[in-house]
Amino acid sequence: MREPATDVVVVGAGIVGAACAYYATRAGLSVTVIDRGAAGAGTTSRGEGNILVSDKGPGPELDLALLSRRLWLEVADDLGADRLELERKGGLVVATSPEAVGELHRFTAAQRSEGVDAAVVPPEALRDHEPHLAADLPGGVHYPQDLQVQPVVAAAALLGAARRLGARWEPGVEVTGVEHHAEAVSAVLAGGRRFPTRAVVNAAGTWGGEVATRLGGPVPVLPRRGFVLVTEPLPRVVRHKVYSADYVSNVASDDAGLETSAVIEGTQGGTVLIGASRERVGFDQSLSPTVVRRLAAQAVRLFPFLADVALMRVYRGFRPYCPDHLPVIGADRRVSGLFHACGHEGAGIGLAPATGLLVSQLLTGTAPALDPGPFEPTRFEEVT
Amino acid sequence: MTTSRSDHDVVVVGAGPAGLAAAARAASAGLSVAVVDAGTRPGGQYWRQPSGAMLDDERFRQLHHDLGTYRMLSESLDRAISTGSVVHLAGHHAWTVGRDGEGFAVHAVDASASGSPGSATTVEREVRGRRLVLAPGAYDRQVPFPGWTLPGVLTAGGVQALLKGHGVVAGRRIVVAGTGPFLLPVAAGLAQAGAHVVGVHEAASPVAWVSHLPAVLRNATKLGEGLGYARTLARHRVPVRTRSVLVGAHGAESVEAVTVARADGKGGVAPGSEERIEADTLAVGWGFTPQLELPLALACATRVDVDGSLVCVVDDTQQSSVPDVYIAGEACGVGGAALAVVEGEIAGRAVAGTPVDDSLRRRRTALRRFAAAMHQAHPVPPGWMARLQEDTVVCRCEEVTTARLRAAVEEQGARDARAAKLLVRTGMGWCQGRVCGYATACLTARWTGTPYDPAVVATRPVAAPVSLGTLALTDSEER
Amino acid sequence: MTQEPQAPPGSTFTFDGRPVPFVDGQSVGAALTAVGVRSWRTTRFEGRPRGLFCGIGVCFDCLVVADGRPNHRACLLLATHGLAVTSQEGTGHDDLAI
Repeated sequence: MREPATDVVVVGAGIVGAACAYYATRAGLSVTVIDRGAAGAGTTSRGEGNILVSDKGPGPELDLALLSRRLWLEVADDLGADRLELERKGGLVVATSPEAVGELHRFTAAQRSEGVDAAVVPPEALRDHEPHLAADLPGGVHYPQDLQVQPVVAAAALLGAARRLGARWEPGVEVTGVEHHAEAVSAVLAGGRRFPTRAVVNAAGTWGGEVATRLGGPVPVLPRRGFVLVTEPLPRVVRHKVYSADYVSNVASDDAGLETSAVIEGTQGGTVLIGASRERVGFDQSLSPTVVRRLAAQAVRLFPFLADVALMRVYRGFRPYCPDHLPVIGADRRVSGLFHACGHEGAGIGLAPATGLLVSQLLTGTAPALDPGPFEPTRFEEVT
Repeated sequence: MTTSRSDHDVVVVGAGPAGLAAAARAASAGLSVAVVDAGTRPGGQYWRQPSGAMLDDERFRQLHHDLGTYRMLSESLDRAISTGSVVHLAGHHAWTVGRDGEGFAVHAVDASASGSPGSATTVEREVRGRRLVLAPGAYDRQVPFPGWTLPGVLTAGGVQALLKGHGVVAGRRIVVAGTGPFLLPVAAGLAQAGAHVVGVHEAASPVAWVSHLPAVLRNATKLGEGLGYARTLARHRVPVRTRSVLVGAHGAESVEAVTVARADGKGGVAPGSEERIEADTLAVGWGFTPQLELPLALACATRVDVDGSLVCVVDDTQQSSVPDVYIAGEACGVGGAALAVVEGEIAGRAVAGTPVDDSLRRRRTALRRFAAAMHQAHPVPPGWMARLQEDTVVCRCEEVTTARLRAAVEEQGARDARAAKLLVRTGMGWCQGRVCGYATACLTARWTGTPYDPAVVATRPVAAPVSLGTLALTDSEER
Repeated sequence: MTQEPQAPPGSTFTFDGRPVPFVDGQSVGAALTAVGVRSWRTTRFEGRPRGLFCGIGVCFDCLVVADGRPNHRACLLLATHGLAVTSQEGTGHDDLAI
């Protein structure tokens, strides 16, 4: 059977692939989305759904995050905030030691100069924001711009909107390679089928490195394992995304070993989610009781009431990371017609709309909303 | 309150027929054995033991069958405990299991210390062994039907547990319904204990197993058991109706009536054959679902068995796809206590390096064939899916209705049970999909036209709830 | 291994303030069933009554508050003399709501 030709084939129906399809169809392109599994079934389904500006210092990722946050609110206007389970919950970053307070305040001052809303919260006011916080925390910062969506629901909503605009959706189809014509991509080969197209977007998340190789333009995307603990259902007990200040340094760390920092928030489903751990152990799925205990201990340190709350489930996921902790977004200058949109590490939900918008602008040749230079896919290649 | 650690040659999880047999055999071969079991007394669900005053009550003692095997195994275990070769951790829920150096570590919480999973005072125990025998057992398989969330609807196994373990009859006018050979002992036990069993409604045809006659006849004992229950039911004038399908339960705050109908032979019911029966209690079961949390935590390979259950793949010695991890009993395929004992015996020999004689292997083969014949004779009639109403709850914990689940497939694009779960929270509540997992897999397969695949919703990394305070306490000791 | 408290004849626990007799070794759920109590929990969303369903600790439908702590499975919780059992509403943690 011959597949109809489309302007672009998006490989991957996670949050980033869904956002690419959403913006590409809105730009008037015809789109096919393929995924080896179901929509939002990979790393998208393994996280909390963060849309954060609070954890990013000045630089290209913060620029992307600020743009993306604006776009999420536009998407919510377009599709309905309840279709994304979007919550404008805000972030509360707390210091767990007096030394961390000063460091946090310096970080915040730098963020403010880039347009981040951040209000210093003195220790005595912390419990006005979060009544269940431990009484002895030395201070924190409130970030009203931080948002949350239910990531699988949001990915389904974006993909659904793209399909209403004509996008074709092919689940259970694994990409195997590309065909070229006149040195440009002419078709994507997947699941024994041939999808004629002039452009292909690698939005395969943690598997983006493997997919990039199959598409002829390797990028160094590697897995960084993380666990998220899920509690029994509770009433509303935590209002914000609450995390300890050492989270920021862990995210940016290059240490391959285990790093944990408390990240706690409620969900509309009633469970409380507790992260975050980072380890480079390949694709090892096995549960580490040591990591689970460490996360539990850090959560109880911030919210003592959690000691009497039951752990019900643990999510395991693999964040797609690149050596410089920035995603790869843009055209691959080695293969005409190949675009990358992956490697967002733990920030893929937040950065998805900006990524999708940039990719659609590059596909249509319109001026990009921000400079994609820092995300250039071949930046890791040795200069020869 | 400190975390304890212990090292053994082998850790057996579960003290039902399979676990007991494995532990007794491994200990008699000279190995040091730890038995981790959720029950307060050995026996599992099958040999569920009454306690205290009920032990002396002949009415409850006669409910237990094959007690000879139980006594032999539990006495053997007691001897091994007294010599120190077996450590029995009763009342311990294993919350996860993992690799630990050259062997494995079972992480368990001592539920007897407090009982509530959310209690921070519960103690965590780490039980290490070079080898593992997992014998986690099974629980009643359920499918949703209108009225199934009403109080007074219980699983057949739950009714049996109340009677055998606690000496309590679940209700006054009881209907027993569903399918499978387990319905008869449940009904017979109730009748013997003085309950008014209004009727037994078995969905399968009475002659369905005739096409598997050789497998059945090779297991004459089992046939005899079935006849014994039938005689008991006849003596108590309990009508047993075959090809009679449970359709629904009715009532305002609890069960007041039950509707059954005649099977049409095609998985549905004959139009107009519905019959309403006054009852205050419904005991329902559609076979069993093996508990695979621990094998799946170790990434043991699985397959879908004849009855649609996800079960573990094991070799001739009961070893799973993971070296040094042995699995026995219902987790390798639902087959009842006699098969579980044989598999446990084989696993116990294998972990000890004792040869497994051919007679054991032959007995296992015969019992497995009998189990397969029973599964084929007692399928879940698929008509239950068509009888769901828009507002029939599928996921009892999160109260997800049929309409909501269907919308996940038809409007939000879910292609399998896991995707549906992530969208509408089926199986994300307290029970983590243990009850609705089978139904969700069946329904999503039917609505999407994709193959039935129970594996996608089977993983439960936390096998039993454990409080964050308990985990935090262990963390502080680990540092 | 486990030391079980020996409940003397005539032992009771209370359910929503009323005394409930039990036999040594019975679970709270079994003792409630024996006196005709069918439900002791209401659900989080619809407020529907629930009680014993699986009876063996799998389904978590029979959650109950015991001595002020919520989310005990009544089918597993051993009845003890003087235990204060109360019905559970929703998550059982309404006291934590902010």
